[in-house]
Parts: sequence; C-alpha cells; structure tokens
Amino acid sequence: MESNCYHCGNPCEEDTIVHDGKSFCCNGCKTVYEIFSENELTCYYDLTQNPGATPNEIAGKYDFLDQPSIAEKLLEFDDEHVQIVTLYIPHIHCSSCIWLLENLQKLQTEVSSSIVNFPKKTVRITYNSEAISLKEIVLLLCRIGYEPYISLEDYENGKKPIDRSLIYKLGVAGFAFGNVMLLSFPEYFEVDEFWLNQYKPMFRWIMFAMSLPVVFYAANDYFITAFKGIRSKFLNIDVPIALGISVLFIRSVFEIITEAGPGFLDSLTGLVFFLLLGKFFQQKTYNFLSFERDYKSYFPIGITKINLDGTEETVQVYDIEKGDRLLIRNEELIPVDGILIKGDAQIDYSFVTGEADAVTKQSGDKIFAGGKQTHGAIEMEALKSVSQSYLTQLWSNDVFNKNKDESFKNITDSISKYFTIAILLIAIISGLVWYFVSPEKAWNVVTAILIIACPCALALSAPFTMGNLLRILGKKKCYLKNANVLEQLAKIDTIIFDKTGTITAGNKMELSYEGVTISNEEEVLLKNTLRNSNHPLSRQLYSILKANNIVTLDSFEEHTGKGMEATFQNNSIKVGSSSFVGNATATETLKTAVHISTNNHYKGKYIFKNTYREGIPELFQELSSRYDISILSGDNESEKETLQHLLPNAVELHFNQKPSDKLEHIKTLQEKGKNVLMIGDGLNDAGALKQSNVGIAIAENVNVFSPACDAILDASKVKELAAYMKLSKTSIKIIKTSFILSFIYNIIGLSFAISGELSPVVAAILMPLSSISIVAFVTVATNMFGKNLK
Amino acid sequence: MSVIYILITVSIIVAIVFFTLFVKAVKTGQYDDSYTPSVRMLFEDELVKENNKQTKNK
Repeated sequence: MESNCYHCGNPCEEDTIVHDGKSFCCNGCKTVYEIFSENELTCYYDLTQNPGATPNEIAGKYDFLDQPSIAEKLLEFDDEHVQIVTLYIPHIHCSSCIWLLENLQKLQTEVSSSIVNFPKKTVRITYNSEAISLKEIVLLLCRIGYEPYISLEDYENGKKPIDRSLIYKLGVAGFAFGNVMLLSFPEYFEVDEFWLNQYKPMFRWIMFAMSLPVVFYAANDYFITAFKGIRSKFLNIDVPIALGISVLFIRSVFEIITEAGPGFLDSLTGLVFFLLLGKFFQQKTYNFLSFERDYKSYFPIGITKINLDGTEETVQVYDIEKGDRLLIRNEELIPVDGILIKGDAQIDYSFVTGEADAVTKQSGDKIFAGGKQTHGAIEMEALKSVSQSYLTQLWSNDVFNKNKDESFKNITDSISKYFTIAILLIAIISGLVWYFVSPEKAWNVVTAILIIACPCALALSAPFTMGNLLRILGKKKCYLKNANVLEQLAKIDTIIFDKTGTITAGNKMELSYEGVTISNEEEVLLKNTLRNSNHPLSRQLYSILKANNIVTLDSFEEHTGKGMEATFQNNSIKVGSSSFVGNATATETLKTAVHISTNNHYKGKYIFKNTYREGIPELFQELSSRYDISILSGDNESEKETLQHLLPNAVELHFNQKPSDKLEHIKTLQEKGKNVLMIGDGLNDAGALKQSNVGIAIAENVNVFSPACDAILDASKVKELAAYMKLSKTSIKIIKTSFILSFIYNIIGLSFAISGELSPVVAAILMPLSSISIVAFVTVATNMFGKNLK
Repeated sequence: MSVIYILITVSIIVAIVFFTLFVKAVKTGQYDDSYTPSVRMLFEDELVKENNKQTKNK
C-alpha cells in the first residue's frame, strides 16, 4: 500500500501502521498523533496537510539541562515560581506549527503561555518552574516532533538585546515630517493675509522645535559615519548628506531668527524620513538564518563524563580536560579529539568534510572532534580540550577575525567621492561669482546649492534596488547576508566549487553491481544479512535491493570494520571489505564498495557512486563561458574521470585538498587580482568561504547546518546559480541608470540654486519628487527582472 | 487672544499622545515580529469552534 504518513507526509514504506483510520510511517508519528488526539489538538492537521515531524530518539540527550549553571544561561527570566525561556525550533514552518506551539498549555498545564515568533522560528515559553523543569519542557517539545536546537552558541551569547533604534528614528522623523509639512502650508501659497502673517513666527518656531529631534536624534547616524569617513580620509555618501542636513538646518534657523523666510525645515525632515526609510528597507535580514556560525553553533553544551568510580556526570564541554572519559551517545557530536575506548564507533564526519559515508573505528583508534556517532553509544578518552582540537583550530586562522564588509567600498561610496568634490567646487565657484555680482546674495546661493545637491535620490537608489532584490532572491531560497554581497557577486570572475555535498547530492548514492550475477536465493540471503547490520552502507544497500521475503538466519556474525558473515540452510555468505570476503584480485581501492562472496566463492561488488545534482552539467556549461571555474575536493581522485566527462574542459579539477589548502588556493587567486566566489558546504569549507570574496553555502535544509558565509543557497536551487549571478549584474546596471536619473534632478535643482531662485516651495517639491520617482523606478525595474527567475 | 493658540496646543498634545503610543508599541515588541500575529489572528475562530465541540461532547 503506497500512501503518505498522516503526520509527517513522508511516503509510508513496508511497515505502515494504521491507526484510527489513518496511516503512519512509523511509531513515532503515530505516538505524536495519539498525544494530539487525546488532548483535543487534532485541529493541527486541519490547518495544513501533514505538518508534523517524526520525533527523534532523545534518551539522555538533554540531561545537561538539569545542571542549574547551564539552565541559568539559557533562561530569559527566572523567578521563584516562573521561568521564561526562548527556544529556537528549526521545524517551525507553517501555520499549524504556530497554532500547536501556542496551545502548549493544553498538553502541559504547567505552561502558562507560549508565543511563537515565526520569522525567527522561536517559541517563548513561560512556565511554572516549581511544577516542571526546563528539561521536561524540552522533552515535551521533542516528544511532539518539535525538537529545539540548543548549542554552545546559545550558552556563550546569552540574551541579545534587540536594536530597535531605527524604528524609533523612523517614527520621530515621520512624525516631524508630517507636522512640519502641515505647518508650512500657509507659506507655500504665499497668502498675504493679516492673520496668517500675525502668527507666522509662531508657526515657524513650532517647526523649529519639531526639527530639533530629527537633526540631533534621527539623523545622528549620518553625522557619525560622515565624521568617521573624513577621519579615515574617505568621502563616503554620508559626507554630502551630513553636509546637506547641517546646511539646511543652519540656514533655516538663520532665516527664522532674522524673519527672512520660513527656512527649509519641511525639506529637511522629509529628507531624513526618506533616507531612514531606505535604510529600513535595506535592513531586512533573515532572522531565522545565521551567517556567522562557527563550530560553537554545532557543538553541544553538555556532555556525559564517566568518573573514575564509574558514575556518570554531565559536564560542560569547556570543562573537559585531557584524560577525561566521555560517553558519546547515538547521534551525539564528538566535542574533542580523543581515543576510542569502548563501543562500536560509526562516525559520520559530514559536518567536517561533507562526506556522507560513516567511518568505522575500533577501540584504540583516534577520533576527531566534529564527528557524529551514528551507531549506539561509545566511550572515549579526551586527548585535548575543546579549543585545541583539530577542527576548532581552523578558527584560529586570521581570516576569521577579518570583517569582509569593512574592506569593501560599495558603488554609492565610490561615486560619492567625485560627487562631493564636484558639489563643493560648484558651490565655491558660484559663491565667488555672486560675491562680485551682488554680495548679499552669495550666502543664499551657496547654501541653496548645498541644500539642493544633497544626494537624497543618489543615496536611496542603491538601498532600494538591493533591498528589493534581496527580497526577490529570498523568495527563491537564495538568502544573501546583506546588500554588499549582491554587489560583490556582480564583480566575480572566478568560481570555485566544493565537490561532495555541493555538486553531488549529499545523501543520495547511485549503486551499480560488478561481477557474477547473483541468483535469487543469494539475493534473499544477502538482503537478510544486511537487515541485521546497522552499518550505513548496509542500510543503503538494503533499501535498494528488491528481494523481499524475510527469513531467519541460522547464524550471523558481524566483524567491526571488516564485514559480516551469515549462514542460512546450506548457504553461507560474506559481505564486507575486499580482503574480508577473500577477493584475490584487489583492484581499485578508491571507490566505496561492498564485496560479496557466497560459499567462499567471490561473486562481485556493489559500487557506490555519488550522484550529481540535477542540472549540474548545464550550469557549468553556462558558467564556463563567463567565469573561470575550478573544483576543489577533499576526496580522492576516484571521480575524476566522471567529472571530466560531465563538465566542460575548461574546468580545473583539484583533489585531496585539505581545508587549509582550499583557503590558500583562494588566497593565491586573490593575490593575482581575481574576485573569487566559493561555493561549498560543511565545516571543512569554512575557511575557504570566509577567505573568498563571496562565500555561498549550499544547504539541504536552510534551517539547520551551514558554516559562516555570505549567502545560503537551498540545495534544490544550485542549478539556478547562473541566473542569480546574472541578476546581480543587472542590479548594478539598474543602480547606474538610477544614478543618471538622480543627476538629472540635481542639475535641474542646481540651475535653480545657482541662479539664486530656490524658494522653499521649489525645494519642498523637488526633493521628495526626485526621491519618490527614483524609488519607484528601481522597484519597478527590479521586479521586472526578478520575474524571470525560476 | 485667539483661539488658534488653544487649537495648536490641543493638536500638538494629540500628536504627542499618538507619538508616545507609538514608542510604547515599539518598546513592547510589537514591531519585532510582523508576521506571526497575522496568522495568529486567524486562529481565534478555530479555537472557539473547538471549544464548542468540547462542550457539545460533554
């Protein structure tokens, strides 16, 4: 029977469980359904189809939460009776999730309230700490398939204060803008009426009072960055803006005091409001993604230590010392380098290398931090502390202390240098000319030039273009860290790909069989032998083989690290490594393979091959005409031929690259003046991603694991990369066009200013008009180009 | 004197009241998450419906 699980939507395979007229793929899903139906929460399934997740095995995993010192760091609020905790839950993805999590009190009456923040994927739970502990809350969430993600990073950072200053500033500027505009209305029409003239000074002073917070609070960022720019001898775009704002303010105050005119306070407040609006628009970041991850967000907070007297104790990972005995449970991460002491170790290093196959280790072998145990519990002895382990040492490289954004000069800033100089020159020259023509007008003209030249439209075009494109790309599951990344992307000339997990699908393997055909009987035997093994390769082979009658084997024995043997009726079978099954002709050793022999006759082998992602050859074909492409792989050369066959000839292939080799390779290219884009996954690429001009991490699931990078791309969208790169180039073209438009506005404005004709009403019309039309232009243009994306 | 002073004072007071309300709203975190409330609002009906069901069952 082929159907989908009522709870999680996964296809139900062989052991479908039917309960209450609904089918479930496993017991876990069924249990969650039972919990919900007992508590009248089945509404969960009405809102979205198949919203759930299969609960994971969690025994013992969260014991560390019982440690008061650890729990204290995670709690947001802690009173005698009430505790509040905010947990990050990656599975939050639909409205059913919100509904269920906000109804937690129905499942657990000790919970008094729970509030979901959907964009951030967090839930804030308030509960009675006398009746229930943090650990029990977390276990409850795990039981219903919403396992929170708690890492060392949460422990270190504690609570981050939220910066809301931009919203306040926007509010202040908007408030002042509206009111000042209303109060200046009489001035616009130059009504010469007695009563209006009577109250003119009062209106002006109220406007003045309202503009004070705008200049000194809302616009203070512009003054600060302009000052910083000048101090480091660099004319950024904020210099002319700050200049414009201060001249506007000083001249307005001067006019009000001397009763010469109403000043330009309406333009001033409007300008600041529009500028802040642009900033707000660009500030959109992806709350639920983290671009700054290092090993800390992968590592657990607590680990089980075995004391000399055999008792178990939860300790914090930073407290692990050399010589400590540690217990690593199934699915737990190894926090330090060490030696395996006891247990059957199947270690998955995919976080570190991107390589999906688990490695088998025997007691006495060295195991490295960052690996994940995938088969039962093991005991190990720590050889180093956390910060000294091989993996974590990668982060002591200088690259990780550099801030990429600071060294990058964006398009607006590079133009503003010439712009500022030009404006100052025009102001000085026309000031001098007017000084000789009619000296009393010179001051007016100079200030008018500086006011009208204030590059509002210029400063707005890039934020709005980038902000809108970031949003469009975000909808296509390509998440950029900020606007600068988009600009950098347009400058790229060299692309470097990682192999495993980037251009190959991490978890999918292709299987081929080489050797003597095996009979049906043997296939049944083989499948039943594999059924008894937990080795990842066995599991994969098992799921692919077609034979299906289950028999009880007469004998079965597994030899860790070698293979297994089994007998059934009169046949015996050996499955495992080449030497174990007695293959005399050991040929290729590079490929991952499972060898088989029956009744001591060698039969053949199943070869596992990586499958390349859909559309990879086409993508490379398209990119290779415009970029230099190379592949840096940490693996051996077994795939070289396939790759050469698959990809255009221009693609360079490098194998056996260590994480530090990748970093160095990119450094050398950059020293040659190349702008390098690195595309990778896994922690082994972390250094390379950081060193490159733009680092894109490929993620199968954007919510879970990705190393520090500039952008995160969903794995299903890798083939669209060429289109995204093209869009980044288009965005620069759009910005340049809008620059030309805003220069035209400036020239019109300047012609008023130089001739000494700039009246407040002209300024009040021209400045918002230019800003709004530029914003409209870039928004329409970006949406038009964004539509073509898949 | 003139009614305009009263009017101006009143209008500014009203404006300031609105402004303080805005600041309060930001402070209590209303602008931190602009998505979830839009979904949450739609659940109220579901909850009521379910409560009815429960009472009927009893």
